[in-house]
Amino acid sequence: MSGLLDINFLEINFKNPIIMASGTFGFGREYAEIYDIEKLGGIVSKGLTLNPRRGNQGIRVWETSSGMMNSVGLENPGIQAFIENELPFMQSLNLAHIINISGTNLEDYVKACHKISRKKVDMIELNISCPNVQENNIPFGIKETTTREVVKEVRKVVKVPLMVKLSPDADDIIRIARICEEEGADAISLINTFKAFAININEKKKIFENTFAGLSGPCIKPIALRMVHEVAKQVKIPIMGIGGIVNYQDVLEFLMAGAQAVQIGTANFINPKVGEIIIKDLENYLISNDISNISEIIGIVD
Amino acid sequence: MALIEYNKPLKSKFYLLKISGKYEAKMGQFFMIKKDSQFMFLNRPMSIYDLENDGIIFLYKKIGKGTTVLADCKKGDEISIHGPYGNGFPMEVKGDFALVGGGTGIAPLFYASKQLKKYCKNNTIHVFLGLQEKNEFEASFNNYADLLQVNYGGFITDYIPYEKYNTIFSCGPELMMKKIEKQARKLNIDHYVSLEKRMACGVGACLVCTCQTKNGNKRVCKDGPVFRGKDIF
Ligand SMILES: Cc1cc2nc3c(=O)[nH]c(=O)nc-3n(C[C@H](O)[C@H](O)[C@H](O)COP(=O)(O)O)c2cc1C
Ligand code: FES
Repeated sequence: MSGLLDINFLEINFKNPIIMASGTFGFGREYAEIYDIEKLGGIVSKGLTLNPRRGNQGIRVWETSSGMMNSVGLENPGIQAFIENELPFMQSLNLAHIINISGTNLEDYVKACHKISRKKVDMIELNISCPNVQENNIPFGIKETTTREVVKEVRKVVKVPLMVKLSPDADDIIRIARICEEEGADAISLINTFKAFAININEKKKIFENTFAGLSGPCIKPIALRMVHEVAKQVKIPIMGIGGIVNYQDVLEFLMAGAQAVQIGTANFINPKVGEIIIKDLENYLISNDISNISEIIGIVD
Repeated sequence: MALIEYNKPLKSKFYLLKISGKYEAKMGQFFMIKKDSQFMFLNRPMSIYDLENDGIIFLYKKIGKGTTVLADCKKGDEISIHGPYGNGFPMEVKGDFALVGGGTGIAPLFYASKQLKKYCKNNTIHVFLGLQEKNEFEASFNNYADLLQVNYGGFITDYIPYEKYNTIFSCGPELMMKKIEKQARKLNIDHYVSLEKRMACGVGACLVCTCQTKNGNKRVCKDGPVFRGKDIF
């Protein structure tokens, strides 16, 4: 392989650095009806938990300026039903597939990761950062101690490449990233959604039954980019940049800031074919700037 | 991107929006629509009100941020539209029909009455609409309906002779659809409801539009928006 856009991330070949983010692309089936998703570098599955989850009650989406809030609450079929009904489809696709795993306690994380790790998946993305599970339940990725604990235990059972997805709400995201590296994570992805709040002023009530919800979209991009830049300087393992990317210029910013690849989430909702468009635009950019492979620009801004 | 042909204000904050282009869709399906504006980030799901050879028509009500942006659109403005999405009303239905709509729930019923007239020639189609006040668009239902009954400000469900129908399509307030389902169950009528929910992706990938049914969680945008009344209520 020697295309303009192909990259090697943890010894996995990606056709390009454009990967669809967890929770915004299902398991790929729906968008596969809309365009040829095999043009993408990869896709990340919806967040999976050991047992099935029905998700949160009440309103699940709220529009904000240049973004949206979601309170899906990790609705998913559970790891076993996923393995039976969805994984074969993901594995049949000619692109890298990454399985996103969540949990509410250590034991569930380890069991779910153990199960999926035996299925020869390309990579596991460990989600220690979902703000949408129970109001008073602090995600593992906020505190150093819980981060260390979950990455250490999961690492013991995961034989495939392990990427840990960080929360922007972390006490100190650089410290958290370093701890992931120390405990054996192969890569880091950042960021997940920000914990956020909205009020219906007419009814004087909160919008979301679960009180807080996750903020995503272009409004978070500058902060996500700053975090990627900071973390990239402090760890040696590769990074996937996530947060508010909607066009090829945004992708270039994340790569120049030090990410080896990017994930695109909310932008899929604005234009379902955004992945296809960004890939074409990136190609044109490289050609007109005489760059022979996209990896040449990674981390060039310090 | 497509061009707006017209965007006509009607009474009670209703608007008729026509977007130019060639479209194909089943009755009861919807499109995702968005105007490029800092006040409108997500697409809005819009049921098909009517399909013409040179464009598609939507009926919407100016109620929130997004529809306020849409209401400001003028002829010639660019607008993004994709779809059709969703399952739509079933075509393999039989017997005499009642279509019941309340408020913005009226929108999908016009195209439904037009399609039913075309494909179920031997059956009668009766349309029941619940509105706040008399509105310009009502009369056009007479083009396809064998009977049109409109109620202003009350409960349209009080005016339906349920026993006459084999199949009912309904769309509107939950209370309205619930009342119809109660009668439908009693009289063994096939009742299909079209649900309205906040959406993000519109294609079944994000799970923000989930509704609870007798068969577990379903996505209104992909598994619906049309469900059997008995599975919802
Ligand atoms: C509706 C929705 C559902 C999401 N579900 C998950 C999930 O299950 N697991 C996860 O790790 N991240 C989840 N995310 C976070 C995204 O993967 C991504 O990290 C975040 O949205 C920021 O990127 P964006 O601004 O490009 O959307 C979800 C985001 C949205 C909008
Ligand atoms: S709006 Fe995304 S699944 Fe229905």
